[in-house]
Amino acid sequence: MSTIETPPATKTAFWNDPVKRGLALQTVLIVFVLLVVWAAWSNMSANMVARGLIFGWDYLGRPANFAIGEGLIPFAPTDSYGRAVIVGLLNTLRIAVVGIILATLLGVALGVMRLSSNPLLARLVSGYVEVVRNTPLLLQLFLWYAIINTLPGPRQALPLGPGMFLSNRGMKVPWVEWSDVLWPVIWALVAGIIGAFIASRALQRRREATGDAPPTLPIAAALIIGLPFLALAVQGFPATLTVPVLQGFNFTGGIELSPEFVALLLGLVLYTAAFIAEIVRGGIVSVYKGQWEAARALGLPAPRIMRLVILPQALRVIIPPLTSQYLNLTKNSSLAVAIGYPELVHVSNTTMNQTGRAVEVILVFALVYLTISLLTSAFMNWYNGRVAIRER
Amino acid sequence: MNRPVAPDALVHYVASEKLADLKPPASVLPPWPVALFRTYFGTPATAAITLVCLAILAWTLPPFLSWAFINATWTGTAAQCREAGGACWAFIGEKFWFSVFGLYPYELRWRPATVLVIFAVMVALSTQRLFWRRELVYAWFAVLAVMWGLMGGSVLGIPIPGLEPVATRLWGGWLVTIFLSVFGLAMAYPIGIMLALGRRSKRPIVRALSVTWIEFIRGVPLISLLFIATFIVPLFMPQGVEIDRLIRAQIAFIVFAAAYMAEVFRGGLQAIPKGQFEGADSLGLNYAQTMRFIVLPQALKITIPAQVNTFIGLFKDTTLVLIIGIFDFFTTLRSALGDSNWLGFATEAYLYAAFVYFIACYTMSRYSQRLEKDLSPERVR
Repeated sequence: MSTIETPPATKTAFWNDPVKRGLALQTVLIVFVLLVVWAAWSNMSANMVARGLIFGWDYLGRPANFAIGEGLIPFAPTDSYGRAVIVGLLNTLRIAVVGIILATLLGVALGVMRLSSNPLLARLVSGYVEVVRNTPLLLQLFLWYAIINTLPGPRQALPLGPGMFLSNRGMKVPWVEWSDVLWPVIWALVAGIIGAFIASRALQRRREATGDAPPTLPIAAALIIGLPFLALAVQGFPATLTVPVLQGFNFTGGIELSPEFVALLLGLVLYTAAFIAEIVRGGIVSVYKGQWEAARALGLPAPRIMRLVILPQALRVIIPPLTSQYLNLTKNSSLAVAIGYPELVHVSNTTMNQTGRAVEVILVFALVYLTISLLTSAFMNWYNGRVAIRER
Repeated sequence: MNRPVAPDALVHYVASEKLADLKPPASVLPPWPVALFRTYFGTPATAAITLVCLAILAWTLPPFLSWAFINATWTGTAAQCREAGGACWAFIGEKFWFSVFGLYPYELRWRPATVLVIFAVMVALSTQRLFWRRELVYAWFAVLAVMWGLMGGSVLGIPIPGLEPVATRLWGGWLVTIFLSVFGLAMAYPIGIMLALGRRSKRPIVRALSVTWIEFIRGVPLISLLFIATFIVPLFMPQGVEIDRLIRAQIAFIVFAAAYMAEVFRGGLQAIPKGQFEGADSLGLNYAQTMRFIVLPQALKITIPAQVNTFIGLFKDTTLVLIIGIFDFFTTLRSALGDSNWLGFATEAYLYAAFVYFIACYTMSRYSQRLEKDLSPERVR
């Protein structure tokens, strides 16, 4: 029997040692990146000195000297650049929130309609979806803006619904005006949401323990809607609904949405809804037919099949791309800079032109968007972890 | 079939032509008018839907058709257009070549025209799977260099003898849109692969840098990158060094597209079963060989439809250069709106632009759907 001789341990060359090679590679990489950053930074400093620019945030405190057409909080030209940024951010959030709600409603409706058994409806919707998805958003925004500008004036405004009018001055919608009692209502709403959350937890535990408990949804709804309503009732309903009415040459009452806001909202909602429609359709189609059949075999009524069997599975497919559509809508609202709705990028652009502080201004709005995106993706990861199929 | 057959049992029946289909039982198939009626008016709900759809069509289609076709002016002057009252397609006819070539010197237009022809031929070849070989990639890079050289009259700063140099600020129209999107894709492709591999790397610094790049770019709107390219990048350059404005926008696009392509490739890499890596390991392949011969060919192939979709998005996003004043197709067209002889035909111009973008994107998306079918996993493996 022969013995196996182990070869004498040779010294491996360091480029063949994976650990050392990795270290070397990463060192080279980080040195290269740092060199590029350093070169850019020192060039920038030299260039800024040469052009008489100073890096700093002092400009945020100085008066802006420009007017902002609309905003959620008042803004005067004597206010600071810092406040202008906040007004812009609030305008971005306003268009994003309203846009996301409307795009979701329209998108879900279109997605379901595209699955309709009526070929006429399905074809019409799919035609819409294809046309909108395959043309640039910027072009659509310009088109809507051009169309709104060719509309007749307020006297011949197009009636869109009860108390809603569209003219070349923008859109008039009814609005509820509150006297100074909003805070108790908001607190009541917060209390209602917390109460509903606690109640649903308790009911769920009881259902798991005993197999029987009153339904959650009506109780939660009663808490969330009922408490603020109660708060209003206690104060004797201090709200008045104002509806736009044509008087003379213009409307009185209601609130006015600017043509820029309407064009941007219309463009973003119609564009995003087309994408959401495809996501919703894909989600519903992804649930196997067997799930419907099995649920029916169990004797579940149709609404419960949808709520308990189909939707939870479809949502697992729908939610991740849906969130990225919400993010896209928020990021796409920056295209408003082209048609003049004063959101974050538009305000930043004006600030940049006036102060020459390109680096600071771009840094601010890029970081704001980055924060929104990272928060959303953090939420997404949390959600995905919760709904992911637990594999055995 | 390997069943042993007796020699004299070779007499068998083979159908030489297709037999006529059997008709379905009469009770299942109603006559077509009835089927049609049932589809559109079968239940009250269906009938209501059909009627609402027809009403919408009746309400929107006739005015649009009469504007776009019946009352439209196809050739003539702005005055004739206004008189007719319909769409003024004469305006598009007047500005068509401008929208293709932009401000490119008139007597040199044969150069961008040649570029367009070369590009069209390359695209046509690339759609055929027969030509999907490594040489096609080399050919594309060569052709892109030729296209750039023909347009500008120089390659990488070296003037080409016999070609008059044309500054990039004179480029415009379709050409710029094609350059931004195709160069963007061509350069973003290798960078995207590296970023995707870097994101899955075991080395912490490589991974951190890749993740930072991808997440930062995907987290901010494209406009901020274009702003950075326009206003901040010149500050990063040593004094006296200036990069052309179009090239800066082009770099912003490449950086942007690379991050999105990287995520597409990452999806492909994640879809490769672990056994493929283990198989490569057991063959003694190193990391580079594993990726080069085993993983990437599969990962790139299964993500082709997603790549096309990303490219469609990128193609549409090239319109954003309007905001930094670069004359792509859409910006060129919009500048034509300012012609004082032809004021007030914005809607026609936008519809023409929409039509061009739609044809391009829709063709690509249909092509990607066909590929998706052709390359579906059971066929690839």
